[in-house]
Amino acid sequence: MSRLSLFVPLGVFVLILVVGWFGFSLDDRRQMPSALIDKPFPEFAAPSLYDQARTVTRADILGRPTLVNVWATWCTTCKAEHAELMRIAERTDVQLVGVNYKDDVAKAQRWLADFGDPYDMVVVDPDGVLGVELGVTGAPETFLLDGEGKILYKRVADVNRRIWRDELAPRLARLGIVEKDLPEQGGR
Amino acid sequence: MNMLPEFGQISLACAACLALAAAVTGLGGNGARGELLRRSTVSMVVGQFVFSTVAFAILVTAFVNDDFSVEYVANNSNSLLPWYYKISAAWGGHEGSFLLWIVIMTLWMVAVVVRRQNYPQRFANRVLGILSLLNLGFLSFAFFTSNPFTRLIPMTPADGADLNPLLQDFGLIVHPPLLYVGYVGLAVPFAFAVAALLENRLDAAWSRWSRPWTNVAWAALTLGIALGSWWAYYELGWGGWWFWDPVENASFMPWLAATALIHSLAVTEKRGTFKSWTLLLAIAAFSLSLLGAFIVRSGVLTSVHAFAVDPERGSYILAFLALVVGGSLTLYALRGGGVRAAVGYQLMSREFFMLINNVILVVSLAVVLWGTLAPIGYEVLTGSRISIGVPFFNMFFVPLMLALAAAVSLVPVLNWKRTRWAAIKPAFAYALPLAVVGGGLTLYFTEPRLVMVALALMLAAWIVVTHANDIWKRVRARSSMPLSYAGMTIAHLGFAMSVIGVAVTSTQSIEADRRMAPGDQTELGTAAVQFVGMQQVRGPNYVADQGNFIVTPAGGSPYSLKPEKRRYLARGSIMTEAAINPGFMSDTYISLGEPLGDGAWAVRLHFKPLVRWVWLGCLLMALGGVMAVADKRYRRLRARQDAQVREVHESAAGQVST
Amino acid sequence: MNPVRKRRLYLALFLLLAVSGTTAALMVALEQNINMFFPPADVVAGVAPTETPIRAGGMVLEGSVVRDPGSLGVEFVLTDRAGAEFTVAFEGILPDLFREGQGIIVQGELKEDGLFAAREVLAKHDENYMPPELMDIAGHQNQGADS
Repeated sequence: MSRLSLFVPLGVFVLILVVGWFGFSLDDRRQMPSALIDKPFPEFAAPSLYDQARTVTRADILGRPTLVNVWATWCTTCKAEHAELMRIAERTDVQLVGVNYKDDVAKAQRWLADFGDPYDMVVVDPDGVLGVELGVTGAPETFLLDGEGKILYKRVADVNRRIWRDELAPRLARLGIVEKDLPEQGGR
Repeated sequence: MNMLPEFGQISLACAACLALAAAVTGLGGNGARGELLRRSTVSMVVGQFVFSTVAFAILVTAFVNDDFSVEYVANNSNSLLPWYYKISAAWGGHEGSFLLWIVIMTLWMVAVVVRRQNYPQRFANRVLGILSLLNLGFLSFAFFTSNPFTRLIPMTPADGADLNPLLQDFGLIVHPPLLYVGYVGLAVPFAFAVAALLENRLDAAWSRWSRPWTNVAWAALTLGIALGSWWAYYELGWGGWWFWDPVENASFMPWLAATALIHSLAVTEKRGTFKSWTLLLAIAAFSLSLLGAFIVRSGVLTSVHAFAVDPERGSYILAFLALVVGGSLTLYALRGGGVRAAVGYQLMSREFFMLINNVILVVSLAVVLWGTLAPIGYEVLTGSRISIGVPFFNMFFVPLMLALAAAVSLVPVLNWKRTRWAAIKPAFAYALPLAVVGGGLTLYFTEPRLVMVALALMLAAWIVVTHANDIWKRVRARSSMPLSYAGMTIAHLGFAMSVIGVAVTSTQSIEADRRMAPGDQTELGTAAVQFVGMQQVRGPNYVADQGNFIVTPAGGSPYSLKPEKRRYLARGSIMTEAAINPGFMSDTYISLGEPLGDGAWAVRLHFKPLVRWVWLGCLLMALGGVMAVADKRYRRLRARQDAQVREVHESAAGQVST
Repeated sequence: MNPVRKRRLYLALFLLLAVSGTTAALMVALEQNINMFFPPADVVAGVAPTETPIRAGGMVLEGSVVRDPGSLGVEFVLTDRAGAEFTVAFEGILPDLFREGQGIIVQGELKEDGLFAAREVLAKHDENYMPPELMDIAGHQNQGADS
């Protein structure tokens, strides 16, 4: 009996490990599900980044599959994400709409001039009003819309190669948008 | 271009290579002709320390120079940050704090190298090998999943995202290093235990060698936890000092295990019993600090936090945990038996009370472990999410700690093996009635009157009386008091002090949330509080609304408290800065809620009696632990090292041949 | 019985009592102290129990925050933005990051009339709820303003 009892701690530990492992794999489910999924993208009207006098509305972004990307120059993760957005813009026909969130217009323009502009259009949301509308908790966040403006998917945090491959590309393929076969340029 | 961060990365890689090599020579180089290998283990351990420290210094330099091309710096610093926070920001995030963890690990390893002459060569070599193996795990974790030197090139930001304002604070400069000294320090007794199992020498010697290491690690952990609690109290603006949050529990569990370990090591050393149990505790204490690291860094238990967590990190730590803990527990299961001691003891003996102490501490540990992991288990089984409330923990900890206090109070009168009733009698005949009167008196003075509080104060008083009587007897008899005994006494008095602090402050505090406009007056207990007005102030990297409150205690002179609501510029985040008038007997605490319009503010007012005793008690406990290490017993070890080590060698040789 | 046997017996009894007592107490206490979490849809649909401590979460509906001018009382509506909404009443100080449109968690009891009486309001990303070892929290770099 005493020999066997020496295995008790090991058993307890294995139990903890199993719980830990399952709990860990649950992790993705823990995030509050976005209530906006399968809902139409909200109506909005926001000025364009390059021409403040021009107002962009929901109607302007409809018509083809769209990625709406919430970003800011103060957000370092957005910089990490930027390269992937550039790649997506170059290799697919998806429409990219940037929402410049709680930011400075001049800084944002300089940023896009310096690092490249992946967006088809960029609207500014200096006070985060549109962000509230979208239930944005921060930047970066990215919404995938179909041509009718229905939200198919939402990503909180950066769009990276893994998210592109596992989440965005398959959904876009169903909408008829596929990655063009460009020669890989200095891939990562 | 500045290439330093690349050198940092190379440094880390070098340290990892050395760790691998030292693990091989440490665990393998134990043959008869292993002298050279054993020497190289030592120098490679020192090498790990040098390279890790260089890497860390490079990271700090990047912070001081505002090198925002390094992603970690860009995420955790800002050019507006004062210089001292730029330095502490180096351990303000996951990657850097883990690098600090590694540096501290290598520091402990160097300390083992310095004291290696106290142990048999093969044994020391094994210990260094095990520590190097652990360090290899840490280093590769840092290198592959949490590299602090990753660059943001070519998109270097003009400025950084700033250090989280909550971390811009003195307490948070000191808290993580101290806590890590404790966490990682437990690796040393762990390595001693595993080495003892590998060497198959489960005598009292290894427990004597482990004791100083355990004490220092435990003292650091005690201070680290107390500091974290103190920081939560003054920085979070809630007035609470312990929340039973998973992350707090992650540090509390190894502490409970280490406390049990300290006591059972004493029994194993002095009496040669509890051997198998002590081994298990040594393994458990470090395993729990690894489990804590998993909980904290994998995001498996994030309560209401929701942030993107890299799944790689969690899987890595879990795998590491499985290997280290699973491996050592398997070794324990195979080798830990067969050390049954034939030493007898009676009910009224120190051994038996140490056993009670250990049972209580392990049950407490089980409660915390259960409360921390049950939400995950529940979600796995049922799919719905639960949280476990504070009452769950309190319900167990109140009776458990009271029982522990009762056991502690008898320690000074108990002897090893058996104690005559005549020796115990004064504790019951004089000290207990005195304590009962004391506890009864508090029942009269407190509001609300709670039996549990009176009981806690009574037991704490009992501890103080029996320990004080013990000191008095020794002083009167002019008998010497070894430092280790004095350390124990101080630590026990510290425990009593914390018990009093916890009991009083958690039941007798006055808390009031009020709506106040400038000119308003309100009452907090016996003190009058007047809200004079608000003004705007500017700090180096924030702007703040500062309230001015005049507090007039009954029969005292008025003073002013100025709590702030700060807005940090880089992130635009809002922070509550409480204003506290600290005192030995009580704190007065004011923090601002939100503006309610028309100049009125939501104001949180607290009167917290004896809250500082909670932390002062911890300070005493840590002091006691360190004092015990300074005991002549451990220093003398060095003086007679030759004789002893020779003797140990002989016995080891004897064991090998059998 | 010889003394060693006797001691062993005491020890075994003591351990058995301690272990079984603790296990039983742990189960009972857990039963009493767990707070289930319910999204707005469950609260509205009557899935969530009433007059029992629970947790619920959702987004604070824009324009729904109403303060009582004389006290710290406040009422607001939590929504899942999919049609389920319920009203929360709270008396006290809201966390720094409580904002309209923000996801929050409330802890308290659901009353028979459908009003949620909150004892505690926790904002997601809330600094007030940060544990002391916050700097350890992996990847939590841009809390507050972004994620």
